[in-house]
Amino acid sequence: MKLLIKNGRVIDPANKIDDNLDILIEGGKISKTGKSVDAKAETVIDASGKIVMPGIIDMHVHLREPGREDKETVFSGTMAAAKGGVTSVLCMPNTLPSLDSAEIINTMKAIIKNTANVDVFICGAITIKRQGKELVNIGGLKKDGIIAISDDGASVDSDELMLKALKEAKKEKILVICHSEDKALSGKGLVNRGFTSTRLGLRGISKESEYKRVGRDIKLAEESGAAAHIAHVSCAESVEIIRKAKKKGIKVTAETAPHYFSLSEGDLLDYNTNMKINPPLRAKDDILAIKQGLKDGTIDIIASDHAPHTENEKEIEFEHAEFGTIGLETELAVSITELIGSGILTWQELIRKMSLNPAMVLGIDKGTLGVNKDADIAIVSPDKEWIVDKAGLVSKSKNSAFIGRKLKGAVECTIYRGKVVYKA
Amino acid sequence: MTKKKTAKWVHKDLLGLEYLSKEDIELLLDTAGSFREILDRKIKKVPALRGKTVVNLFYEPSTRTRVSFEVAAKRLSADVINIAVESSSVKKGETLNDTGRNIEALKADIIVVRHNCSGAAAMLGRNVDISVINAGDGWHEHPTQGLLDMFTLRKKLGKLEGLNVSIVGDIAHSRVARSNIWGLTKFGAKVTVCAPKLLIPPEIDKMGVRVTNNIDEALAEADAINVLRMQFERDDMKAFPTQLEYFKNFGITEDRLKKAKKDIIVMHPGPINRGVEISSQVADGANSVILEQVTNGIAVRMAVLFWVSQARDKDKKDEITH
Repeated sequence: MKLLIKNGRVIDPANKIDDNLDILIEGGKISKTGKSVDAKAETVIDASGKIVMPGIIDMHVHLREPGREDKETVFSGTMAAAKGGVTSVLCMPNTLPSLDSAEIINTMKAIIKNTANVDVFICGAITIKRQGKELVNIGGLKKDGIIAISDDGASVDSDELMLKALKEAKKEKILVICHSEDKALSGKGLVNRGFTSTRLGLRGISKESEYKRVGRDIKLAEESGAAAHIAHVSCAESVEIIRKAKKKGIKVTAETAPHYFSLSEGDLLDYNTNMKINPPLRAKDDILAIKQGLKDGTIDIIASDHAPHTENEKEIEFEHAEFGTIGLETELAVSITELIGSGILTWQELIRKMSLNPAMVLGIDKGTLGVNKDADIAIVSPDKEWIVDKAGLVSKSKNSAFIGRKLKGAVECTIYRGKVVYKA
Repeated sequence: MTKKKTAKWVHKDLLGLEYLSKEDIELLLDTAGSFREILDRKIKKVPALRGKTVVNLFYEPSTRTRVSFEVAAKRLSADVINIAVESSSVKKGETLNDTGRNIEALKADIIVVRHNCSGAAAMLGRNVDISVINAGDGWHEHPTQGLLDMFTLRKKLGKLEGLNVSIVGDIAHSRVARSNIWGLTKFGAKVTVCAPKLLIPPEIDKMGVRVTNNIDEALAEADAINVLRMQFERDDMKAFPTQLEYFKNFGITEDRLKKAKKDIIVMHPGPINRGVEISSQVADGANSVILEQVTNGIAVRMAVLFWVSQARDKDKKDEITH
């Protein structure tokens, strides 16, 4: 089976390519890249006027399976991924049960093998049941196939246990993803603490609850020498702490999500529960700081934090609604809309943050269009405008904070291991 | 000078004073003025809402506001149904939206909702086509209380512009404070909020108010003071000093009033805690308008019921042309 993509603007940060080229795919791998590749292929895709980029690697996704298949499944979540130009996801371990044992990891691997539409990599838990009390068998789970650990949704509160986890992770050469939140400070908060929480009459979540824990996690990472990755950075202070740590040479990477550079607390004034997210949408100044952090390289990665919830869990009183927005189907378009036109990032930089960087941080051989690499590719109309419509979402849950928003940049086709998995 | 204003009320719901213009509020206050006169007549009833059904849907115990809405609706000749829901059963039972849709299916015209969650009235308003009046949602707003406080002030002092109004008490958890602030500042009143530091919500100065932790400072220039009910039983108050200490530092007493303007107006949304936030002497004294507020509340709620009902009738005109 051969597939030929012709005349696209190929952008491949790994090989410093930005040129009109053809790409030939054979046996699920990229076999040739060049000007006017002449080959007989069963499928030819004309990509004139479109951008051809390595498929997005989204390292922060909640697929909800096993346990909450009413919200999302590996099948439905990876369909949503394909629609968003995402060819690899890292699934978070806050499933039911948590991904904390060999048995459940093997169950998960079987589900992935049988139902996934794109690559699904597994992030195991740091502690049993994500309760922050007892470490999982990190080395054992790594052998079973996990490529990172996180208690995402919860932070390991004990400094001692977190340090132990980081030391163990260093020994086992596995990435630790930090959900940096001090629950003692964020408590029962619902929205960013400040004018918005006052105005809406809702409990606030302070920035301190995030950045103090970011500071602690980085300090422990330094002490242990482990590779730590800070998830969903939302506020200016966190960006600054990470910036300083990087300058100091500490091995830390960081990610933010599209809603933290496109939406602010001011957007949820009508109590739209799809904008109830943790960490919360912050102030306008924080958006600027996140953008600056993306621009200067402090923030390495954009990931969706795709968090599906059913209507029953969202169409209720704000205080009772679950936290989170889905994001797989909109992350690229939101990033293009917010970061490209305004000159925050170049195409090279954006694609690096959504594909090459996560591949490198996770240590997977992806994120490039080099010869003999997996043919994971997204073809994108860079200027096409569209409005996010609830009815058009393919994720099982429809809780998108972006419903009704006009975005620029549309995924036309997604190719995963040489196979077309999505076509607009 | 006779200036007949053409009414431009367009709101199906009344969710909060933040979302109303000064003109909207003026219309409500003026209309309330007309209705207020009816309350002193021998026959206290007009047919404005005849054939309409008003449902009081209360998820929190409330006597005062519920009865006030009931009286207001009856004075306008509406039929009134009261539904009290125990908040403890809310999580297991029917959702607020479903309850609202059922009330709509029963062909009611207006839902008056009181709920412990901020934003509940707004959500309900989005999910039903009939009118929703917010009778207090969490810490967010209590617009008819705000309106009746403004009505009372305007009636007493002739205007709102330039008045110094101090609100004292648990500002952080007070929907009454928020509605008063939004409403009064739209009319150019100078609002001061006064409470212990822990009960001042973050960045409230951005709502256009002055903040102080000193009661004498709050009283010094005030033309009126609005004393909020203190709820020492709530969980959030655990970090907080005792009732006695509060009364000592923030309680409104005769001694304190002596240092204030002689004609200072003392308001309270009720129910009052005698000896907790206000002394009996002040509550029952010459400066107190607490019971007048209760009467004015009926007139204000009549105005609100009248106008949301008008707005909806206007929306529906096309459907009912014969």
